[in-house]
Amino acid sequence: MLEILHEIKGTLSRNMMRTIATGFAVVSGLFLLIVLQGAGNGVIHSFQYNMGSFAFDAVRVFGGRTTKPWDGIKEGRLIRLDDRDLEMSRRHFPNQITNAVPTIERGGVVASYGAHYINDASMKGVYPEYALMQAVKITEGRFVNSMDMLEKRKVCVLGNNSCKDLFKESGSAIGRQIKLGGILYTVVGIYKTDEMFNSSNFYVPYTTLCTIYNKGRFIDELTMNIQNTPTDSAMDQFEKEYTRATSHIHTFDPEDSRALWIWNQAEESMQMQKAMNILNKAFWILGLLTLLSGVVSVSNIMLISVKERTREFGIRRAIGARPWNIISMVVLESVVITAIFGYIGMLLGIFFCEWMDATVGNQVMDLGVFQTKYFVDPTVDLHVCFQATIVIVIAGALAGFFPARKAVKVKTIDALRA
Amino acid sequence: MIHLTNIHKTYQGAQPLHVLKGIDLHIGKGEFVAIMGASGSGKSTLLNILGILDDYDEGEYRLDGTLIRKLSETRAADYRNRMIGFIFQSFNLISFKDALENVALPLFYQGVSRKKRNQMAMEYLEKVGLREWAHHLPNELSGGQKQRVAIARALITQPRIILADEPTGALDSKTSLEVMQLLRKLHDQGMTIVVVTHESGVAYQAEKIVHIKDGQIERIEVNDGSKDSPFGMNGVMK
Repeated sequence: MLEILHEIKGTLSRNMMRTIATGFAVVSGLFLLIVLQGAGNGVIHSFQYNMGSFAFDAVRVFGGRTTKPWDGIKEGRLIRLDDRDLEMSRRHFPNQITNAVPTIERGGVVASYGAHYINDASMKGVYPEYALMQAVKITEGRFVNSMDMLEKRKVCVLGNNSCKDLFKESGSAIGRQIKLGGILYTVVGIYKTDEMFNSSNFYVPYTTLCTIYNKGRFIDELTMNIQNTPTDSAMDQFEKEYTRATSHIHTFDPEDSRALWIWNQAEESMQMQKAMNILNKAFWILGLLTLLSGVVSVSNIMLISVKERTREFGIRRAIGARPWNIISMVVLESVVITAIFGYIGMLLGIFFCEWMDATVGNQVMDLGVFQTKYFVDPTVDLHVCFQATIVIVIAGALAGFFPARKAVKVKTIDALRA
Repeated sequence: MIHLTNIHKTYQGAQPLHVLKGIDLHIGKGEFVAIMGASGSGKSTLLNILGILDDYDEGEYRLDGTLIRKLSETRAADYRNRMIGFIFQSFNLISFKDALENVALPLFYQGVSRKKRNQMAMEYLEKVGLREWAHHLPNELSGGQKQRVAIARALITQPRIILADEPTGALDSKTSLEVMQLLRKLHDQGMTIVVVTHESGVAYQAEKIVHIKDGQIERIEVNDGSKDSPFGMNGVMK
């Protein structure tokens, strides 16, 4: 075996041009595959990153404006949710709704700390469960808890971007007091800002906001966790029934689709998942096509090289090489080339992905309204790299085998004359 | 050493070509035989059959007692490797291997270790006077040197016979002389040599000259005064 490898090493190194030509096809094929995969993963990961604080089983319900007359009442009436809806949600759908909490809002307030301020901030009065239901990620301190609720404490939880705006570089914000709408609140926690939503919400206890702004029994948003709606149609069914139940409370046409807004994150996430799957598949197909082009180039070059070497094989056979010696030599040469260059291509691809990760991967796109990263962790699973390399090595072996087998079927004497 | 009995060979094609029409030939151990004939006479075909590069249709060929007939490629390769040393008109050296590696190659297919075969190859290169040229590629050697490398390669497996197909065909007269002298020297050491040629100067170096015409042996000439031939006297061959 060692002897054969040595023989192959001699052949490959003395035929540098051919070796490099074959190798280049392999390197570029694998490199492109891995870079494409990495880029695809980067885009997919950025989706996931931006969707980070998505709670996939959460449904948010808002009141809307009626667009159809109903029961003697004109259209254009504002529907405001209140505690009856909360009661209904908790009671009427025990199989679907596992948890329902009300949220109230106060928009357009000014948040300030010293000389720093944020215009048009919005406050959200929330229940402690809200953090779990909406997947709010606390990075420092804590969220609103039940004692805050009970004592109607003036505490708030702010997003890390608001935190940066208000406190700049002046150390930890926890325990400091900020002004929201002219009233002082103590900062108890900081959450990781979702890059797309909830950009500058200040969470305060529900009871506190309710009392200060005299919200009474009205609710701005109902947040629910739902279950047993695995399919789109089950979800539609649930939404229909829920709208019907609400329409009884507020007297509107159950067919009126704008009287009540149901924002179903599960549905959204399903669609997102679908989009990501399609993207993933597209990148795979592209990747496999590049791999295929690599395989084709390798086959081509092997085919030509074997043809070119007919005479050499004739000489070898004349002095005693068995057909199998020739075939195994060609196959091994091919395997050695594809393995070595495949490895190089793989390494280059991985390095390039890492480079992308280090540069583009950290770039933040500022869209004014929100910031987003369009490339997150654009890297490839090492298994995929190795599998791709193995595929191209096997393809290389086959690409060597068939022409070599054909070459030894030529009579030695004819091969010598070639 | 070589026993040919009634060998027939037909090339199949659009028009079948009956090339060998019953060849009977016996070559003893240590003989130096030249096969002469015009082109198309069938002398190359005969040599190919002798070299197990080609099969025959009818008759019997025994090489050193072994019946050579319808062998598999693998068996044929083994016999070629162990029993026959080839010398070709166009040298047939592998261009990307240096002289030493070319000479050592037959031993690679016998599974001899690299160290051993390189050592042996060096010995044989020394025998043909090319020790200093061991690490030169074929394209850095002159025609005569290339043919001497090919001879060393033919000898390294210590074959039963040496088959030479127009060994001087691509050489000028001076180097032709060197090559023929080398073959004579091998003959003197007891090697069986068969040379195919159409040059009488080369043929008359042999002890026995087989004239082939139209696929049959026309006559076998015994060359008693071979050493006194014009070729031997003044080295002019062409």
